Amino acid sequence: MKKRYFALFFILIIFLVLTGSAAAQDRLILATTTSTENSGLLDELIPPFEEIFEVRVDVVSVGTGQAISLGANGDADIIFVHAREAEDEFIEAGYGVNRRDVMYNDFVILGPPNDPVGISELESAVEAFSAIANAEAEFISRGDDSGTNKKELSIWVEAGVDLTESWYIEGGQGMGASITMADEREAYIFADRGTFLAYSGEIDLEVLNSGDPVLFNPYGIIPVNPAYHSHVNYPMAMAFVGFVTSQAGQNIINNFSSYGEQLFYPDAISSENLVD
Amino acid sequence: MNYYSEAFREAFNLIITLDRELLNVVATSLRLSTSSTIIASTIAVPMAVIIARKDFSAKKFFNVILNTLLSLPTVVVGIFVYSLISRRGILGEYQLLFSSTGIIMGQTILILPLITALVRNTIFSLDEKLYKTAKSLGATKKQQFKLLIMEARYGIIGAVIAGFGRVLGEIGISMMLGGNIRGVTRTMTTAMALETNKGRFSFALALGIILLILSFTINFLVYFLQEGEHYEQR
Repeated sequence: MKKRYFALFFILIIFLVLTGSAAAQDRLILATTTSTENSGLLDELIPPFEEIFEVRVDVVSVGTGQAISLGANGDADIIFVHAREAEDEFIEAGYGVNRRDVMYNDFVILGPPNDPVGISELESAVEAFSAIANAEAEFISRGDDSGTNKKELSIWVEAGVDLTESWYIEGGQGMGASITMADEREAYIFADRGTFLAYSGEIDLEVLNSGDPVLFNPYGIIPVNPAYHSHVNYPMAMAFVGFVTSQAGQNIINNFSSYGEQLFYPDAISSENLVD
Repeated sequence: MNYYSEAFREAFNLIITLDRELLNVVATSLRLSTSSTIIASTIAVPMAVIIARKDFSAKKFFNVILNTLLSLPTVVVGIFVYSLISRRGILGEYQLLFSSTGIIMGQTILILPLITALVRNTIFSLDEKLYKTAKSLGATKKQQFKLLIMEARYGIIGAVIAGFGRVLGEIGISMMLGGNIRGVTRTMTTAMALETNKGRFSFALALGIILLILSFTINFLVYFLQEGEHYEQR
């Protein structure tokens, strides 16, 4: 009786462990940023690739900084991020090869609909930030050293604003939570368009300033250098680069919309080659 | 307020209609937690018997360590196992990072001290006379072990369930070692964190409700088993 139970136990263990790690299939580990995965784009982009190349793509979505370090440590086969300077450093250090531009989207400045500072009439993002600072209107910052936060800080530096005043609030939270916080306090906030769209149904905040080239947010894809990490799935990583920059892949990106608005603009091929 | 009632309604709807994505996440969670609990228990029970019954020189020291490990934070286990199974770690060549096996390793380490300590306490609290009587009646080592397990069975089951509850609700290890990969290592807790970030509260809420129901059930079972034990001792 006892023996039978034990046998059953072990069969169960083996079964449970095996069903989880059926690694017979080719596997590509893609490290990307949370905002990319949260947008839902990868759910459209990856399944066709998996089907054509008979591979399983495992998406690990983390902060931009961590995604890059996963690539540097060889824990991912390919990275898909939006931090141009850090990407260049990554390649210069020899961790990655064959970077390609894939697409871009943009950052926006949100604020209460009545726009007390009047930033919607200003041309550039720097002017808008200066106006907010001069009016000492409440501004919520993520303050978490994320890609979005870094971008925001670089604009503050350009505007030459001292951020130690009390109107500048560092929430220390993710994009969604920060937007909610800004909404509750009727404050201004710097956000990526994707997260704003995801939240737009539940908040009163509106896009007040956008379109400045400074707010441009390009995404790049970089396979991990096989000369540096010999174990990485380089052929499949290159196949994925090929796919997302192909006409088929670029069309998927171009046609992807969320909440009725286009989220990403493909830029690996020229726009006349895109099909609607 | 309307927004929240809407989210609640949608959450219940997801549960009632057995949403496939939801089920998948719950199944992954249960599979991983069951695996790590079984592995941890298989190691912990014999270890607890040895610690409780045998005399060895480092016993006191061992008990102190064990008690300390009871409050092991999940992220500490996570970072420790991460450093082992990352490509740059000692076990890097086995490709365990971002796989179910990685999570199971971490969770097993997390609850091993918990189950060991709880089982040890149960065995400590057993009546010494019973054991001596069995010995004097000529019970073999094997029979003694069997008796011990039989007598401590409620405590052991309680310990195993407590361990299961701990891994089911943890997020640090699953997130760090599993990477929250959809359909592979996305557990209830990591999915909740993700869906909240995405602004999909209803999905996260549905998972929260399921998790709450599961932990209620688990705690109820533990309570019920302990009551059973008291009842028998009377």
